[in-house]
Amino acid sequence: MKSCRPIIVAFIALVAIAASATELTVFAAASLSDSLRVIAPVYAKATGDTVRFNFGASGTLARQIKEGAPADLFVSADELRVDQLEKAGLLLPGTRQTILANQLVLIVAAENAAPVSSLADLAKVGVKRIAIGEPATVPVGTYTKAHLEKLGLWTQVAGKCVPLENVRAVLAAVESGNADAGFVYRTDALISQKVRVAVMVPLAEGPKITYPVAVVRSTRAPEAAKTFAGFLAGPEAQKIFAKFGFLPPN
Amino acid sequence: MGEVLQITFFTLGVALLGTLLILPPGIALGWWLARRDWPGKAVVETFVALPLVIPPVATGLILLKLFGRRGPFGYFLERTLGVEIVFTWKAVVLATAVMSFPLLVRTARVAFEEINPRFEEAACTLGAAPWDVFWTITLPLGTRGLLAGCVLAFARALGEFGATVMIAGMIPGQTITLALGIYQEVQLGRDTEALKLLAISVVLAFAAVWLSERLLRGRTK
Repeated sequence: MKSCRPIIVAFIALVAIAASATELTVFAAASLSDSLRVIAPVYAKATGDTVRFNFGASGTLARQIKEGAPADLFVSADELRVDQLEKAGLLLPGTRQTILANQLVLIVAAENAAPVSSLADLAKVGVKRIAIGEPATVPVGTYTKAHLEKLGLWTQVAGKCVPLENVRAVLAAVESGNADAGFVYRTDALISQKVRVAVMVPLAEGPKITYPVAVVRSTRAPEAAKTFAGFLAGPEAQKIFAKFGFLPPN
Repeated sequence: MGEVLQITFFTLGVALLGTLLILPPGIALGWWLARRDWPGKAVVETFVALPLVIPPVATGLILLKLFGRRGPFGYFLERTLGVEIVFTWKAVVLATAVMSFPLLVRTARVAFEEINPRFEEAACTLGAAPWDVFWTITLPLGTRGLLAGCVLAFARALGEFGATVMIAGMIPGQTITLALGIYQEVQLGRDTEALKLLAISVVLAFAAVWLSERLLRGRTK
């Protein structure tokens, strides 16, 4: 019996630690998955709070939050989804802030790439399928469609577009060669060896891509959620984001 | 409503085509499993049952690797015949066919096993060639069970989601079936549209199961 004592003490200590630390559930845009997975342990080390993620298309995540999914914090890849939630009164007022920016790029496979060097090339016969985010739910798809419309190319290429469920699905489709080209963010293109950027949409001409963060009203840990949001906007996290190719907001 | 109708007929067409495609190999394999013993039979049996038990998305992933443009079959088909599979309606047919195949084979096998082999032996002793025995004795006696198998396979094809979404994506007007459409509409927050598709799926599934039950019950009487 005596030999059990240290184990029991350790167990109680563990329970005590677990009870004091908060576990946050963060709903975040799929394009943030790699960078946030690096940031979470850094944050856990600093505060003791653990962070769990639900990654997906921002439109899908917003929809889940509307349906009452247990999210503490929402990081979206566009302002529109956060506007919608804000209008519906589902966010804590005053917690919204823009933490990052990104850039739209056209990617092709690294090997045997389709001959694409401008967006206008997408209309050519050699390009059979273009992977895009589903414009209604996936921000990168919304940006893509808006930009192609602005250039007057949308009607010519819409028939070749394969709408996919999030930005990483677009990346995967181009990596596997199942799509000739695809529209993703520069940060997605950077993490893959199997694709290369064919066209960078200039920041000045392209859509303004920003990542807002906001605390969800139904959270049970508003303070911890605010702290994590502040951490994401702070220098330590921003340095990691920058390493992945994200741009500072504005 | 036009979109709903398009999705409904597309789903019915794909399920029908998928079922017709697997009919010859399904019946052949069902008979082979029921009537013959051969080395490796257990392995083939298990292999064929796999789509029933592994997650449909896993089956979808396997198909994607095989039939993707850089996959062994996908590459071959595109180079030699110019046929592209992934992200087209053909991918939907492929996914539904693969997912329905085990159901058809199992039902066909049971149907053949329930036929008394003496009938076939008698036909043989009377001088009928094996092929004639199959067409005039085995197949007619197993018709009911085979039909039930077809209906089951068809019903499974109607509801296929996981494998389809992996290999065909959700392309409006091209690869969206009832199951995919329901998911898509909910994602878009258009619940009324989703409920319409749901109602149609329930009616179709009900009709299919009811029919297969009737066919199966008729056989045991």
